Parts: sequence; structure tokens; C-alpha cells
Amino acid sequence: MASNRQSTASASPWRAPVLFGILAILFVLEGTVRNDLFSGSWNTSLAILNMGLISAITALGVNMQWGYAGLFNVGVVGFLAMGALAPVLVSLPPVEGAWQAGGPRLILSLLAGLGVLALARLVWGRTRKGWAVALVLLAGFFLFRSLFDPAVLAIEGNNPARHGNIGGLGLPVLLSWLVGGVFAAAAAWAIGKVALGLRSDYLAIATLGIGEIIVAVMKNEDWLARGVKNITAIPRPVAYEVDLQQNPDFVAFAQGWGFSATEASGIWVKLSYMSLFLVVLLVLILLAELALKSPWGRMMRAIRDNETAARAMGKNVTRRHLQVFVLGSAVIGIAGAMMVTLDGLVAPTGYNPLRYTFLIWVMVIVGGSGNNWGAVLGSVLIWFLWIKAEVWGPAAIAALTGPLSDGPLKEHLLDSSPHMRFIAMGAVLLAVLRFAPRGLLPEK
Amino acid sequence: MDILNALVVFLNFVFIPAAAYGAQLALGALGVTLIYGILRFSNFAHGDTMAFGTALVILVTWGLQALGVGFGPLPTALIALPIGIALTSLMVLGTDRVVYRFYRRQKAAPIILVMASVGVMFVMNGLTRLVIGVDEIRFDDGERFIVTVRDFKAMTGLDEGLALRSTQALTLVVAFAVMIALFWFLNRTKSGKAMRAYSDNEDLALLSGIDPERVVRQVWIIAAALATIAGTLYGLDKSFKAFNYFQILLPIFAAAIVGGLGSPLGAIAGGFLVAFSEVAITYPWLKIAGYVAPWYEPGGLMQLLGTEYKFAVSFVILIVVLLFRPTGLFRGKSV
Repeated sequence: MASNRQSTASASPWRAPVLFGILAILFVLEGTVRNDLFSGSWNTSLAILNMGLISAITALGVNMQWGYAGLFNVGVVGFLAMGALAPVLVSLPPVEGAWQAGGPRLILSLLAGLGVLALARLVWGRTRKGWAVALVLLAGFFLFRSLFDPAVLAIEGNNPARHGNIGGLGLPVLLSWLVGGVFAAAAAWAIGKVALGLRSDYLAIATLGIGEIIVAVMKNEDWLARGVKNITAIPRPVAYEVDLQQNPDFVAFAQGWGFSATEASGIWVKLSYMSLFLVVLLVLILLAELALKSPWGRMMRAIRDNETAARAMGKNVTRRHLQVFVLGSAVIGIAGAMMVTLDGLVAPTGYNPLRYTFLIWVMVIVGGSGNNWGAVLGSVLIWFLWIKAEVWGPAAIAALTGPLSDGPLKEHLLDSSPHMRFIAMGAVLLAVLRFAPRGLLPEK
Repeated sequence: MDILNALVVFLNFVFIPAAAYGAQLALGALGVTLIYGILRFSNFAHGDTMAFGTALVILVTWGLQALGVGFGPLPTALIALPIGIALTSLMVLGTDRVVYRFYRRQKAAPIILVMASVGVMFVMNGLTRLVIGVDEIRFDDGERFIVTVRDFKAMTGLDEGLALRSTQALTLVVAFAVMIALFWFLNRTKSGKAMRAYSDNEDLALLSGIDPERVVRQVWIIAAALATIAGTLYGLDKSFKAFNYFQILLPIFAAAIVGGLGSPLGAIAGGFLVAFSEVAITYPWLKIAGYVAPWYEPGGLMQLLGTEYKFAVSFVILIVVLLFRPTGLFRGKSV
């Protein structure tokens, strides 16, 4: 376990700028060149970049947990989903009649649920009797359901075709990003409290579970975010395309650059999002780097590299692990809220662990665990390749199967080319883990 | 009479499905627990190994069906099973050779092996999708029922019927046979004893001349066989869908941890515990209550949790075990 992850020979100082430069060239090519490989549309290029930046923030959170502390979080998708709830509850306009239908009762039931858990803990602390705790929990469960079920029925019965959810507070959507972080942090605290301090695999398994359960809650609790009926029209922090297209000043400005108003409005909106995301990303990196260079960061890395020694030095390893796990999850939650804001849509069926948990892990490992800029580089690069593989994969398979005669086998291979992405990503993860475990940008 | 009716409903909707599901979970958890005992990491690729093995079995089944080979009243998949196991073992031994052996020699931290298993999971998942697609596939043929509802009603004259599907009976019989064989192997054969010795104390086992690579190879083959059997039985009983096998990973881990990671007996107990809790908590008890206590009229269905939250049950069991007894019921490997 006592392995030092920092490289002995420091990498060339030009490595990071060169790699970021190559990345930038890829995006410029995507925006300008139209051929078999690239689309030649700035709208596509920026759309990929924006999602890449959100992945970068997610990866930053994962990197705090893995790179700083060696914690393996397999529930990234759940913490993203937790963050996604925030724009719904904070920034959507209030739903007429929903609060009157069952709001106070709902809050009361949730408080009662928390109260029962606290009471169970108290009973356990006082008596150490398992049956007493079980009794408290059982009675508490029925109390909770008796308060909760009618409230949910009333809220979901309120104009179910259009709403049927509790609605939001109508506050600015940017505020909801922070709230998303708080939501995810709360979930992380609960799970970390249980699973940290045990064997390292247990956190992985427990987070796998919480990830699936949070997504299940989102799919099935219609009062929260309308479940699989989806929520659309999350308020935007930036301008709407339609408004821009109707603004004569903007149309003139667009023509000055040689773009049509439709295209330019799309680009403008995406650039605005990009600026917002960049600000968040840079602030987070700044904070993360400052933390890493502080005594706290050195302590975290010392714990990661040799837990026993750190414990012998009087560090409370479990507490520090919990701290960094909560912080990292908060960052993931922020990214979840930002993603929903970008899409303008909450669609719980889209929260697939392969895409949102394991792909993020590939990004972190490829980029360089322990290095924040590496996480950013890995995310944007892997995201670009992931999206482009949709186009490149079938083309590559078509080229490879060219010599084959037309038949069911060739057809099958062509049809299943999208699945090649998973094989490719798995292979990339395994290869980097084995041959370049420090990633593209090694930890300094 | 009412009591008998209640009992029949209970058997039909709770006991039989839970027993079959429990047997499938137990076989899966046995694979996880054996891998943990020997290689000392939680294999996240196990669910997708199950899916991969089942996909191969389905392909061979289709081939056999095309040739006109059947197994009478039993599903053709049973004939295909040995071939599926052989191919899956080869695949799993290949992943060990290419991926895990390197980290084993390095004595890497367990979490690195867990992460490598995630990479293997990705690849296996993609391969499964590649060979068989993402759609739901039913591949049970042969006789569908051993006892049908109508026969049962005619036979007993009760109001409630009992159906015993042949896949459920088959699951229980095969699982039981596999478990007997496994325990015979672990307790009676030299290789099995070597395996347990290696699991208990690696250094001591090495000193007594046990070849670690041989033990590792054997445990992979056993895990692949268990995974393929569990996956095929699950697929026969419900249906085959690649993503379901990823999701079943959580109950399997819960079962293995509840029983105590590294303890085969614990894995079996854990599998049944998780399955019975899951079914009992998500089953609407209204009908049974109607027979047992006809005077009682509850407002709802008497369902503690909706079926969509069945994974929450295994999760809660997992949390309770982690809180109060992290080594599991049967005292697995220390924390």
C-alpha cells in the first residue's frame, strides 16, 4: 500500500501546454473543417466542448476523491442526479396549488423520517439493543408512510398532465448550482459515514448501491421531478436563441461576422454557457490547487500514500476521508446541476452508470489521477473521442469489413458498431492503468 | 380452507419466486466470494461475466435449435451450458492473463484490482452487446410448467392456484447440485483444500508448496462456471437483458457481504436472505391478509415498498451489515 504516486523524474514543463494545444486544435478542426472526420460546424464543436467542461468538473470532483485520497466512488451517476434535482427545486417557478395540496405535510413527513433515524441512533447509543432499534425503525417507517403517502397523492394529483410535482422556488438558476452541490454533499455524508473506515472495497460497493437508488428515486418519485415524465424548460442563465434571432442588432452583428442569424444565435448561446462553465471550472481548480498545496493537501496525500504511517502521526484517517469524500461529491453535484441547466431538461432515464460513472473514471485515469489539470484534459479529450466515435466507429468498421462479402455477419458488425465504444473505453482504461498509471499529466 | 388458500398464495407469489431468485443470487455471490477469498478484491466484472456467459449459452442454444437438437421437456440451454462454461472460462482466464496477473505480481493495492475489474467490465459489456445486442431475449423452451394453476385448482379444489414453472424447479435443482459439487470440491479434493489453505493464509500455503498460479486458475474457472450457470438460470427464469446483469451486481455484492466475503456458506445464506427480503418487502400482502384476517381492511395494498425500489432492499441490508457486523454473518475475511 505504501507506494508513492508522485513521479521521481518530473515531466517536461511543456507537456501540459502541448497537450492542451492539441486538444484546442481538435476543436478548431471540428468547428471549421467539413469532411468524413469532422462536422465543420461551430455549433457542434461548442456543444461537445460545453459537455466536456461539465465532465471536467465532474472529473475534478472524482479526482479529489481518488487522486487526493484514494477513494473509489462508483456512484458518480447518483451524485450527478442529486445535483440535477437542485435546478428543479430551486429555480423552477412554483407550481400553482402544489404547496397547498401537500407541501407542509410533505416537509413534516421528511422531518419525521429524519427524526426517526436520529431516534434510532440515540436508542442504539443508549441501549445497544438491536431489537429496540428495529422496533423504532419499524414504527417510524409506518409513521413516515402515513404522513408521506397522502401528501404525495395530493401533490401528484394536482394538475398531473402538466405538473403533478411540488415545483420550485423561482430563484435564479445559478443559485441552484450551489444547492446541487449541497444536495450531493448530504448524500455523500450519509454514505461515507457508513462505508468509510472499513475495507476499501466497501465504499465502492456502497456507492454503487446509492447511485442506483438515487436514480431509482428520481425515476419513481413523480412529486419530486415528475419522474420519467421529465421536466423541461429549466430556466436559463443565458439568452434564448429565439430572442436573439428577433433582435435586429444581433442579426446585424451576426451578418458582420458572416453567419446566418440562426447559426450565430446558437453559437452565442453556447459561448455564453462556455464562459459560465469556464468560470466555475477555473474557480474550482484554483480552490482545489490551493487546498492541495496547503498543509491539508500534503496531509491528504500522506494519508493516501501510507495510511498506517499517517495514523501513527495522529491523523484521523476516517474523518479526513469523509471530509474529502463529501467535498468531492459536492463538486460532482455542482456539475450535475450545471448539466441539467445546459440541457434545460431533467430526464432520469438518461442516467446510465456506464456513461456517467465509468466514463468519468476513464477520464480521470487517462488524464492523470491526482492532477487537476490532467482531469480537465482527460475529460475534454475523452468526451470528444466518445462523441466522435459515434461517427468514426461505423466508418472504421465499414473500412475494416470492406473486404467481407455482404451478408448477415457484416450487417451485424455494422449494426453493433456503437457497442464498440464500450470495448474501446474499457481497453483504454486497462491500457492506461497498466502502462501509464500516472496518466497523460502526471501528478506533480 | 382460508389458511390453505393463504398458504398457496404465499407459496405461489413469495416463496417459490424468492427461492429461485435466491438460488441465482447465491450462485453469483459464490463466484464473487471465491474470487475475493483467493484474489482479495471485489470483482465488479462478475455481473458482466454472467451476461457474457449467458450470451454464449444463448448463441449455442440457437445453434442447437437450428440443428433440431432438443432436450425433451427440459430447456435446450442445459445442453449448451457446458460449452458456454468452457468458452467463458477461456475468456476469464484470458482476462486474468492479460489484466490481473500483472497487478498480482506487483502486489498492487486491492483498489487498483477493483478498478481493473471495472475496465474488464466495460470490455465484457461491450462484447456482450456486440455478440447478442441489447434487446430482451427469451430462450426457454421445452415444457413451461410442472404444475399449472388450472391443474392445481382442479386437483385440490382450492380457490387459489399454484404454478410451478419448470425454470424455477430447474433453478433450484441445478443450484443445489452445483453447491453440493462445490462443497465436495472445497472439502474433499486436494485442489479444494489447497484453495482453502491459500485463502486462509497465503504465505503459509506458499510455504507448503501450493502453486499459487494453479489455485488462481482454478478459482477463475470455478467463478466462470458459477457465473455462467447463475446467469443462464436467471435468464431462463426471467429473460436475458444485458443491462439487468449489471444491475444484479448490487444484490450479489450485498449477498456476499452479508454472508461474509470469502465465506462460501455465507454467500449462499446471503443470497437467500437478500432474495427473500427483496420479494417479501416489495410484495403486496393484501390478498394473503384477506384470507388470514378477513375482518381487517387496510387502505392500501399492504406493500412496504414499490417493486421499483427492490434494489433499495439489498442496499439497506448491506448498510445494516456494514454498520453492525462488517465481517458478515459467517465471519468472512477481517476488515
